[in-house]
Amino acid sequence: MNRSLHIILNCGVVGCLGILLALAERFLDGYSIQILNLVAINILLALSLNLIYGFTGMFSLGHAGFMAIGAYVCALLILTPDQKATLFLLEPAYPWIEAAHAPFLLAVAAGGLAAGAAALLVGIPLLRLGDDYLGIATLGFAEIVRVLANNLPRITNGALGFKGIPAYADLWWNYGWCLLGLLIVVRLLGSTTGQCLKAIRDDEIAARAMGVDAFRLKLLSFTLGAFFAGVGGGLLASLLTTIDPKMFLFTMTFNVLMMVVMGGLGSVTGSVIAGAAVTMILEWLRFVENPITVGNLTLPGIPGMRMVVFSLLLIAVILFRREGLMGTREITWERMAAWVRRGRTA
Amino acid sequence: MTIEILLQHLLNGLTLGSLYALIAIGYTMVYGILRLINFAHSEIFMLGAYFVFWGVTLFHLPWPLALFGAVVAVALVGVLVDRVAYRPLRDAPRISALISAIGVSFFLQNVAIVLFKAIPREVYRPQWLEDPLLVGGVRVLPLTLFVPIFSVLLMLGLVYVVYHTKPGLGMRAISKDIETSALMGVPVNQVIALTFGLGSALAAASGIMWALRYPQLQPVMGVIPGFKAFIAAVFGGIGSIPGAVIGGVILGFLEILIVAFFPDLAGYRDAFAFVLLIVVLLVKPTGLLGARSEEKV
Amino acid sequence: MKALVEARDLTMRFGGLVAVSEFSLAIPKGAIVGLIGPNGAGKTTCFNMITGFYRPTSGQVVLDGQDITGLPPHLVCRAGIARTFQNIRLFGNATALENVLVGMYVRQKTSWWQSVVFWPAALREQETQRTRAMELLAAVGLTDMAAEKASSLPYGAQRRLEIARALATGPRFLLLDEPAAGMNPQESQELMAFIRRIRDDFDLTILLIEHDMKVVMGVCEHIAVLDYGVTIAEGSPAAIQANPKVIEAYLGEEALAHA
Repeated sequence: MNRSLHIILNCGVVGCLGILLALAERFLDGYSIQILNLVAINILLALSLNLIYGFTGMFSLGHAGFMAIGAYVCALLILTPDQKATLFLLEPAYPWIEAAHAPFLLAVAAGGLAAGAAALLVGIPLLRLGDDYLGIATLGFAEIVRVLANNLPRITNGALGFKGIPAYADLWWNYGWCLLGLLIVVRLLGSTTGQCLKAIRDDEIAARAMGVDAFRLKLLSFTLGAFFAGVGGGLLASLLTTIDPKMFLFTMTFNVLMMVVMGGLGSVTGSVIAGAAVTMILEWLRFVENPITVGNLTLPGIPGMRMVVFSLLLIAVILFRREGLMGTREITWERMAAWVRRGRTA
Repeated sequence: MTIEILLQHLLNGLTLGSLYALIAIGYTMVYGILRLINFAHSEIFMLGAYFVFWGVTLFHLPWPLALFGAVVAVALVGVLVDRVAYRPLRDAPRISALISAIGVSFFLQNVAIVLFKAIPREVYRPQWLEDPLLVGGVRVLPLTLFVPIFSVLLMLGLVYVVYHTKPGLGMRAISKDIETSALMGVPVNQVIALTFGLGSALAAASGIMWALRYPQLQPVMGVIPGFKAFIAAVFGGIGSIPGAVIGGVILGFLEILIVAFFPDLAGYRDAFAFVLLIVVLLVKPTGLLGARSEEKV
Repeated sequence: MKALVEARDLTMRFGGLVAVSEFSLAIPKGAIVGLIGPNGAGKTTCFNMITGFYRPTSGQVVLDGQDITGLPPHLVCRAGIARTFQNIRLFGNATALENVLVGMYVRQKTSWWQSVVFWPAALREQETQRTRAMELLAAVGLTDMAAEKASSLPYGAQRRLEIARALATGPRFLLLDEPAAGMNPQESQELMAFIRRIRDDFDLTILLIEHDMKVVMGVCEHIAVLDYGVTIAEGSPAAIQANPKVIEAYLGEEALAHA
């Protein structure tokens, strides 16, 4: 299939998505729109972790930390100085923190850049570690970020966090960033450099023997992944309008890991599908935790049940279908064309 | 700082350190054999505390019997976790088992939230642990003595099992080379089950004593002590039982003393262990005793 | 003739064990040289020192007058040395074509972000890389299997793919670690012709480790023999075959095997 047809088809999909979003914005209720927003952010987050773990083979558990950095930087930049003056109750903010202000686009980008810079900083020493040690060390990094957020009240307002963050993150922003992330990751993975990332995942020694500077490329993938995690964090801060250190517990990383594993390590389309599916399942399971009234019978909600089901789901995937939904396969136009042809001849 | 307060700090450090050490032993034994960070170990620790609470309040068992019953029950949970969630993944890539472990950890934590509710609970403490004793003119809570003494007894028991019994020999053999051990007729799966059982029993004991020392029960109470104990195991040299004990005790002392001498840093208490972890991994990943492979189990 | 590659007194110690001791070899440009010796003699260790995977305890590796001792593997490769592995190390999940593309990366001029933003020069380079990779696959006779997963290729094809991937890095010096392993006589015969052909077509100098003496004697112009890390003989195939020390080293091993 030639390239121009690809471009036309891809533009078509983006156009359809645009129309659907416009319709959603007009006709759907606030709750459904909120879920659609979360879907976009979670796809971006799953994609970013998949780049790091699924495509480059670095088992990182630091996502919550990168998201926290992105969220705090973005929130600080879109809160107005007046808001910040009233927000910082424990101790007044540093003057430069209070004065800093930027439009939403720049604020989100700055959040991503800050997270990317942090990744570069911790990646240089940590990426030498393999497998599980890298996982536990990056988890340590995320915890350190959280403890810092708790203990730097003049920057983060301590345990109270921020409230009343301007809610700029609408469908357009979230899906825009999500598409940008998809475009960059897909373009990167399709390039020769992308082949090298996968080569490092499959056999780092062979890759190095073939002249691949494994460390530099791992750092690139880690930093780029962290950048989009930071962007996701920034969007989330604006979507939820409140953030505090408790939001960025290990559970946050766990949810993203779940999406990546379910979708398939090393599959972009897998991450997209699983990002959307897991978000909806998580929302749907919220009902289990709230009291349900059937007729005149009220069933009490069961707090914690959501994560019980969820963790069981993860264990089941790992035990019975380790490659997840897609494995390393992708849904491409070629494959869809093949399906259509097969359908016709059958 | 008076000498009495310093003594108090040292005793607190020893108490905290022995609790870490007990948990760390479980991490180190499992890692030594399976190269698996058993994330669920923190929840095993938490279950120990809850099971005693249940035994006393629900079944009205006398405290020592509840304690014993809880340790046994938790050991069984540990064995069950291995059987269900890890054993099918022995031949899978190592990270798969790790992800499964993370899943089990979240599962147990949230089952605990469902069963016990997220609200913190008060713990029953036998009166004799709370009446202060006079030791050489210093007032000491029996509890602060009970924890280190009981811990040492448990560790001695473990040392006996590992170094002087046949299953212990099996553990040491498997940690050196699992395939050869299997060929030599070591019943690998049984020995691994025993390892999980023993490690879980120690973690349960630690959880129970933790709840006596810091008397509040919460489903997430295991997370932070669990991580710190794992760090202690890495610090001491993962795979080494003496390393886990030494690492645990040192970490306990450091944590108490740093907060005692630099009260401003109290808020960073939880970050401290992670910084230590990253430094150890970068500077000497084998830890204090890791290089001495003959100690590996 | 001036040597393209020179190993000077390479010694590798692991703890107390001396794996290779004072290994010296000068390889003239365009030569095909064999490195033989019983199992565990330290042949692969020599490869690992030359390609930067081990930093030699002492000694030097010189490529075309430039000291490359202690460079990391990817820089050794960039300097013009490529290798294959004894236990074939292909990227199993990737296709044959993609495997070769990884080899092209080291000579890539445009940066990753240029491909991301559709930079024309990057797109052009990607096209050239693909064309070149297909040419290399054709050179090793794998055109039909370009889209196959590397791990699903037959054994002989995997060996050839590994060579194609090594050629993609644009080497001057190629190291082959047991290229004939697992091949039948017919295949080894073809392999010899193949090795000579790539030497001529790609203007290469080749060093190979091999146990199949027919291949070694048939293709190599010069042979070095290692035993317990020590070079016990060096010379033309005929001289090596007549060398009593070599016979002893091999017969000794055989005698042990029969005992």
